[in-house]
Amino acid sequence: MVRPIGALVGLGFAFVLLFSLVVGAVNFIKEPPAATAEHEFHLHPKPLALASNGPLGRFDRQQLQRGFQVYKEVCAACHSLKYVSFRDLHEVGFTEAEVKAIAKQWAIEVPSVNPDTGEPATRKAEAADKFPTPYPNEVAARAANNNALPPDLSLMTKARHDGAAYVHSLLTGYQDQPAELLKKFPDSKTGTGLHYNPYFANLNIAMPPPLVADGQVTYADGTPATVDQMAQDVSAFLVWTAEPKLESRHRTGVAVVIFLLIATGLAFMAYRNVWSGIKH
Amino acid sequence: MSFPWANHYAPKHPVMQWIDDRLPLPRLVYNAVGAGYPVPRNLNYFWNFGVLAGAALAIQIITGVVLAMHYAANGDIAFASVEHIMRDVNSGWMLRYAHANGASFFFIVVYLHIFRGLFYGSYKAPREMVWLLGLVIFLLMMATAFMGYVLPWGQMSFWGAKVITGLFGAIPLVGEPIQTWLLGGFAPDNAALNRFFSLHYLLPFVIAAVVILHIWALHIPGSSNPTGIDVKGPQDTVPFHPYYTAKDGFGLGVFLIIFAIMLFFAPNYLGHPDNYIAANPLSTPAHIVPEWYFWPFYAILRAFTVDFILPAKLWGVLAMFSAILLLFFLPWLDKSPVRSGNYRPTFKMFFWILVLDVLVLGYCGGAPAEEPYVMISQLAAAYYFAHFLIILPIISRIERPLPLPGSITEAVLAKHGEVAGDAQAVAAE
Repeated sequence: MVRPIGALVGLGFAFVLLFSLVVGAVNFIKEPPAATAEHEFHLHPKPLALASNGPLGRFDRQQLQRGFQVYKEVCAACHSLKYVSFRDLHEVGFTEAEVKAIAKQWAIEVPSVNPDTGEPATRKAEAADKFPTPYPNEVAARAANNNALPPDLSLMTKARHDGAAYVHSLLTGYQDQPAELLKKFPDSKTGTGLHYNPYFANLNIAMPPPLVADGQVTYADGTPATVDQMAQDVSAFLVWTAEPKLESRHRTGVAVVIFLLIATGLAFMAYRNVWSGIKH
Repeated sequence: MSFPWANHYAPKHPVMQWIDDRLPLPRLVYNAVGAGYPVPRNLNYFWNFGVLAGAALAIQIITGVVLAMHYAANGDIAFASVEHIMRDVNSGWMLRYAHANGASFFFIVVYLHIFRGLFYGSYKAPREMVWLLGLVIFLLMMATAFMGYVLPWGQMSFWGAKVITGLFGAIPLVGEPIQTWLLGGFAPDNAALNRFFSLHYLLPFVIAAVVILHIWALHIPGSSNPTGIDVKGPQDTVPFHPYYTAKDGFGLGVFLIIFAIMLFFAPNYLGHPDNYIAANPLSTPAHIVPEWYFWPFYAILRAFTVDFILPAKLWGVLAMFSAILLLFFLPWLDKSPVRSGNYRPTFKMFFWILVLDVLVLGYCGGAPAEEPYVMISQLAAAYYFAHFLIILPIISRIERPLPLPGSITEAVLAKHGEVAGDAQAVAAE
């Protein structure tokens, strides 16, 4: 009984699938999918070499500090970093006093409550606080940004394909819309309030170019602040914000794999030893 | 175990004697995975994956129980609580990456375990019950993994939950009330997240219980072997301990090395970047894809694009569930008395086509729902059903199998005669 019923079910599914295939093929030939500007002009991110890349990668702390400076002076105006605390900055090489100072001098204050009246108030940030968000809520963020919402940057390099390379390419990828694109896709003109960027998924990003001129940031360590350098540094910093435990992960991994290789080698010899008298 | 030459448990230490007289637990372990269980001497490395699946389940339960101490199943803070685990909990990043990659590795070893069973005919008499219980475990794993993926409450969690529970919406008449009942609302929300967490914590223990039944059922006829022929006498078997405990120890080491490399050096490789974006019901991701281990079934679901008597979506849902349910009938679809694919030339050829077919389905399931992937998955899905429901029953009727060796020992000695002095090549085959 199982086999005749099974054969009928199998034939049924196979028939409907092949019918779908034929219908799909006919539609495909009659109306081939139209080419889109996104499909033809979207670019894959340029490779970005960072010290943290690779299985043994470590952070370049000087670069992280420069990247933090770019975040603080440029990105932080609109983008939050809400999963990262000021105290975490110890790990990028700032001293305890420096971290306290950074928190205290942060441009945006932390929401709190007036201890006398109970009214909503704000206070200066402390090392234990998370980075305060630049806007009190999504409505305020959209109102200030032409109805676009600046995303939180804490996890940005893990939340996009190609992570840091994507961030670096996006920040340095602003350009005029190619004439070729407009000729081929006249309807795809970048709208008002948008900016053409071939590394962005739909080619038109709401964020205005944030890094526009060399020397926009003055680095404390004397590194020339070219646009490309600033983009690389902030990308490296965002690798750290997304994966602050990267170094201990790599270190632990090396130790674990070495231990397992030795243990497995011993297990293999034990296995050969146990089986030595038996053909199998 | 029924072989009369099996070793009998004789406690050496008086404490073990005392325990065994009152609760024969030491005896049970001895007969299950100790020297009291005779196993064919010719098992190859494909027979390691059952133990590895058990190890993967243990890793998942241990890491999961600790993660649950830090995780908050609440739509407002679930995503932030996962970041709290990653940043502030001691070694929390290791626990979470081990659990997330552990799910993938659980599926890898279970798929290889199923592959072994399919090729060597482990589903055939007298081991049908082992196969059926294994499929129950597989279904429970899929439910557990799906609900676990929802818990971080990222974009893929939310939209995955919406798409998968939406499948029930395809059922005529009662579909939408069922979907609402499952979710506790019209869309995934706090109610859905809480019940998924509750069930995600419960189901692994149900899996562990069915694993015990699976092993119990296996011990009635004993393990099969690469030749597929029955054990004929004591010379065909070795005691599980120390022979297969030693071999499984080595296999476990290799498994852990690959697992550790993934966990420590590429922990997000198998995940989707969108799940690092907090769930947002107002923003649909460009491509909603499940985790890789569901891709073949997802491709079958999406392969039905035309309404034919029934709506296309209902066809897809029926086909996707049928693709797994038909495996329950496999022992009765393939009636060939020969178990091992090594002695079935026609079966072997179609078997490898099936393996390729499932890989193609997996690739299409992970690709966007565009041409040519849809057409390829339609062909591949049609072959999948044809293979199990039409081709296999026909082959089992008309195929002429190769001559079988007289016994396991004879096969082993013949191999050593042919490949003189190269015992390792034989073991690894």
